[in-house]
Amino acid sequence: MEKVVIKKSPYNVKKARIIDIKQLTEKEKLFRVILEDNSWLDYEPGQFIMVSLMGIGEIPISICSSPLNRDYFEICVRAVGKVTESMHRLNVGEIIGIRGPYGKGFPIRMIEAHDLLIIAGGLGVAPLRSLILYAIDNRRDFGEIHILFGCKTPEELLFSDEIEEWGRRLDLHFACTVDRADPDWKGNIGLITSLIPGVDIDPIRTYAAVVGPPIMYKFVIKELLAKGLPVDQILLSFERHMKCGMGKCGRCQIQNLYCCKDGPVFTFKEIMDMAEAL
Amino acid sequence: MKTEQYRIIEKSSFNDFINSLIASQKVIGPVYKGFNNYSFEGIKSAQEMSLNYIPTIIPPKKYFMPQKETILEFDTKETLHVEPVSEYEELILFGVHTCDIAGLRCLNVVLSDEPKDISYLIRKRYITIIGLECNAYCDEYASCSFVGAHVPTTGYDLMFTDLGDYFIVHIHSSKGMDIVKQANIFKPADNYDFEALKALRGKKDRIFNNEVPTERRYLPDLIDRSWNASVWKELEQKCLGCGNCTSVCPTCYCFDIKEDVDFTLKAGQRYRVWFSCQLDPFAKVAGGIDFRRERSARQRHRFYRKFRYHIDRYGMFFCTGCGRCSRTCMAKINLKEVLTALIKESETKIWRKWL
Repeated sequence: MEKVVIKKSPYNVKKARIIDIKQLTEKEKLFRVILEDNSWLDYEPGQFIMVSLMGIGEIPISICSSPLNRDYFEICVRAVGKVTESMHRLNVGEIIGIRGPYGKGFPIRMIEAHDLLIIAGGLGVAPLRSLILYAIDNRRDFGEIHILFGCKTPEELLFSDEIEEWGRRLDLHFACTVDRADPDWKGNIGLITSLIPGVDIDPIRTYAAVVGPPIMYKFVIKELLAKGLPVDQILLSFERHMKCGMGKCGRCQIQNLYCCKDGPVFTFKEIMDMAEAL
Repeated sequence: MKTEQYRIIEKSSFNDFINSLIASQKVIGPVYKGFNNYSFEGIKSAQEMSLNYIPTIIPPKKYFMPQKETILEFDTKETLHVEPVSEYEELILFGVHTCDIAGLRCLNVVLSDEPKDISYLIRKRYITIIGLECNAYCDEYASCSFVGAHVPTTGYDLMFTDLGDYFIVHIHSSKGMDIVKQANIFKPADNYDFEALKALRGKKDRIFNNEVPTERRYLPDLIDRSWNASVWKELEQKCLGCGNCTSVCPTCYCFDIKEDVDFTLKAGQRYRVWFSCQLDPFAKVAGGIDFRRERSARQRHRFYRKFRYHIDRYGMFFCTGCGRCSRTCMAKINLKEVLTALIKESETKIWRKWL
């Protein structure tokens, strides 16, 4: 058996250095990362990268910073498995492996000049944060921006300081709810679906971007359709366990679509008749 | 038919030809393993091969996309050092049936789709394929005629066809021509040989009949109508979920990526290993949600992968009719029977609409 080094291999990883770590909640950390060769990761909101910890494994993680920020990019990691838990033990200055970005992100060119309704459940705020920050950076190109955010308890609220700022901004409509809370919680209590009927939007000129746990989609979509949103203006991002990111390994297949290549962002129209999608 | 592309070789000098190949390169051929099982293995002499063989346990895809394949080597001792690698071996595969050649065609299409799988493309370049045409069915499991894989078309360097006392050999590439020239035992073919080849193909047309009671072009529509078919529920009761059907399939290429570290825990390899949509963690995500939890959904996924999804993406069926999945299934799930049952169920539904 002969062996050759192939630098052009699609599985090759770029070295990236962690320059900042922020504990967001008990289970989530935000990693700020730069590429070691000082090149710039060219991505769109909603795309994901494959993150490697050599000897432990490789996992797909969505990028949660604004693509207009060329100094660094950020990923939000919840400690749920072997690789993510090991990541939480890393320190500033350590090196990780990156390949990507992969997939089809949010269709920015289509969303621009429309109103935007962002609905985030739990960790779903991570890929949406990239879109929100992009929209804030390009504020004049977007119409009204509504952000609805829901999570289980106030302690699990991600990016709480940024959320406070979004809430203060005059050019954003922001609402937040938690499933359950102590009596001293001053915000809304209830499922995220309870916020949708109250949002004042013109459904024909609004794009909705929805990311959250699988169970959330069915109920949110039902509310959005009741609001009169067209099926091709509801954007969803799906979670699957991509292994290659290149439409080969078959792990993320949803009928004839590959979540890694044709997604992870789909319009509701693309997948509405598809079993196994939700 | 270009006559210069054909040669003949007497069966009496066949063994000399194979042994001359073995003298210069590593040759792989079908070897009998007992209990009607065959396997592609490296051979030391022509006598080790069984030319009258039914499809081997594992198809020749194992040489193109090895079951376990290193894709990266890494070392984290000082700083992170990563080297993407590809492993290849110069091989001659002898005696590949047309169904398996069709299977390699499927792998070619998928793995040369962007982004290209460079390891696969390198490995493929170093393998010479010498085919062997089947003059009759291997056994009752085959359905190669249904998918049109029972006659040689493309995908080989040389194709051997048995014409009684001798083989007629089709030279399909310059690589094939080099082998023929170097062996120096092949004789030019004449009109008598072409007539014999034509007669054989005519006879094959009568022997190989469509094994599934519908035409190939109607199948995608039929599969479209079959999402909720009761056939899948019957498979739920039968299937043991062992994943044998996908391991032996010449067109299954799904994989997992894993890694090993050495004793220092600092260096190791990342490798790619065959995986199966029939097995448990395949469609699971963090948090434990499984998008195909039932065995019926997994079996349906397998049939849709073979006969529907890849029609949209690559314009071809991903079944070569080799029959391996049916032959190997411990629960006796038979591909031809499943398709026939789907056709019956769909017909009954259509008739009910009219009555």
